[in-house]
Amino acid sequence: MARRVGLEVSLACSEAVKLANVDVIAAYPITPQTHIVEHLAELVADGHLDAEFVPVESEHSAMSACVGSSAAGARTFTSSSSQGLALMHEILFIASAMRLPIVMAVANRALSGPLSIWNDHSDVMAERDIGWVQTFAENGQEVLDLTLHAFKVAEDHRVTLPVIVNMDGFVLTHVIEPIEMPEQAEVDAYLPPFEPLQRLDVHQPISMGGVGMPEVYTEAKKACLVALEESYPVIVEHWEGLAKQFGRSYQPVESYRTEGAQTLFVTMGGIGETCMTAVDEMRSAGEPVGQARIRLWRPFPREDFLRAIAGAKNLVVIDRALSPGGTDCPVASELKSLLYSRGQNVYVSSFVAGLGGRDVTRETFKEMYAQAKADYKSGAPMVSRMVGVKE
Amino acid sequence: MADEGLQSWKSLALGCAMTEPGTSKRFNTGDWRSRRRPLTDREKCIKCGMCYALCPDQCYTADPKAEGYYDWDSFYCKGCGICIYECPKQAISWQDEKEEDKYGPACGS
Repeated sequence: MARRVGLEVSLACSEAVKLANVDVIAAYPITPQTHIVEHLAELVADGHLDAEFVPVESEHSAMSACVGSSAAGARTFTSSSSQGLALMHEILFIASAMRLPIVMAVANRALSGPLSIWNDHSDVMAERDIGWVQTFAENGQEVLDLTLHAFKVAEDHRVTLPVIVNMDGFVLTHVIEPIEMPEQAEVDAYLPPFEPLQRLDVHQPISMGGVGMPEVYTEAKKACLVALEESYPVIVEHWEGLAKQFGRSYQPVESYRTEGAQTLFVTMGGIGETCMTAVDEMRSAGEPVGQARIRLWRPFPREDFLRAIAGAKNLVVIDRALSPGGTDCPVASELKSLLYSRGQNVYVSSFVAGLGGRDVTRETFKEMYAQAKADYKSGAPMVSRMVGVKE
Repeated sequence: MADEGLQSWKSLALGCAMTEPGTSKRFNTGDWRSRRRPLTDREKCIKCGMCYALCPDQCYTADPKAEGYYDWDSFYCKGCGICIYECPKQAISWQDEKEEDKYGPACGS
C-alpha cells in the first residue's frame, strides 16, 4: 500500500527516479534543480539505488553522457534548469533525432540576464522545438506520477523518444507537500524493465548518430516529427494505466469549472492551482469564468484543448516567457495558430506574468480578468500585455 | 519533383541508424585525391611498416607476394601525404597521376 508522506517535491522526483530503478544518472547541479540530483547522488552512494551516477563537468557533458548510456540500452535520467538546460541545447535535438528514451526533470527557472535563479518558463520555451515529449506538473504528486509516466512513455516501442517533465523552480521544487508514495511492487507492475528497441551491441553492430546528407536529412526529420505526433495516444494510454495502478487520473488538458464559463484562463504549470482558487472566488462573485490547464505541451493536444474551451468566448492565456519581437508569447501563439487553423473566432487575451520569480497571486488573476473583459467588450485588437510592470 | 535515389522516411531505421556494419568500406575516399599519389621505392624501403601503421585510411595492406612490404590502395588514399612525411627512409614520394587513373580497382605500388 502506498504511504502518505510529507516530502520536498524535489525529493519526490528523486524517489520516483529510484522507484523507476534507473541504470544511469548523469547530471550537473544547478539551482533550483540541485536537490533532485543531490538526493539521487545520496541514494546511489548509500546503496539504495543500484545505478551509475556520472558527476559530469557540465550540462553539455551530462546530456552527452545520457545519449551514450541510453544508446547502450541503460534506463537514463538527468535533470537541469535554466542556463544548464541552455548549455544542453545542441545535444537535446540529437537525443530525440537518435530516438533515445532519456527522461529529464526540468526545474523551470528564468534565463539570464539579468541573472535570475527564480521561476518562469523561459528556459523550456527556448527548447520548445527539440522534438521531446514535454509535460508540466502542477504539484508534488504530479511530479512523482509524471516522472514514472515519463519512463513508461519514453521507453514504449511505439514512442522511443526522450521526455521532459517540467516543474516550477522553488515554488514547486522546494515546497514540502503530502505525497502518496507508491510501493516498489506497484511501480514495478506499472513500469517493467527497459527493453530497448535498438541499442549499441558489439554482437550486432550498428552506427547511431551518423551524418545525414541532403538526400536523407528531410526524411529523417519527417520520421521524428511523425514519431512525436504518434506518441499522443500512447501518452494518454499510459495515463489511463497510471490511473488503474495508482488511482490518480490525468488528462492532456484539464478543465476546471468550464460549464457555463464565458472566459477561460489558460495556465500551464504550478500557477494553475492558484488560478483555480481565483476562479472559485470569481465564481462566487458571479463572474462566468473557468480554466483550462495544459498538462501536455508536446505533442500539443489539439483536440483536447478545443474540447476544453468549447463554448468559451474569451481566453485569458498566461505565458511565463516572452518571445521578443514575435507576434505573441509562446503559449498564446500556439493557441492562436490552432484556433485560426480551425476557423474558430475566440478572443485571446494574452498576458505575460510571473517572470523571474515575480509572484502571481489570486489578485493577479482578477486584474488580468478585468483587463481581458474590458478588451473583449471593446473589441480592441488582441494584444499581449506584461502584468505588473512598474512604469 | 525528381526524387531518384531518395529513400522513404518510412523505411529509415530508428533514429536514422546505420544497421549494417562496415558500410564505410564502400566509401570511395580515394576520389578526394588531387592528381598525385604516394609511390613506394622498394629499393629504399626497410619494411618498418610505418606507412601501414600511420595511414589514417588504412590504404596500406601487407603484400601477400612479398613479405614485409605493403600494397597501396587507390580506392581509399585521400592523398594526405602522411606516409611520405613519416617514412624514415624517404622511400615514399609523390607521383603525378591523371584524373582518370584515380578510379579503378585497388592496385599495388
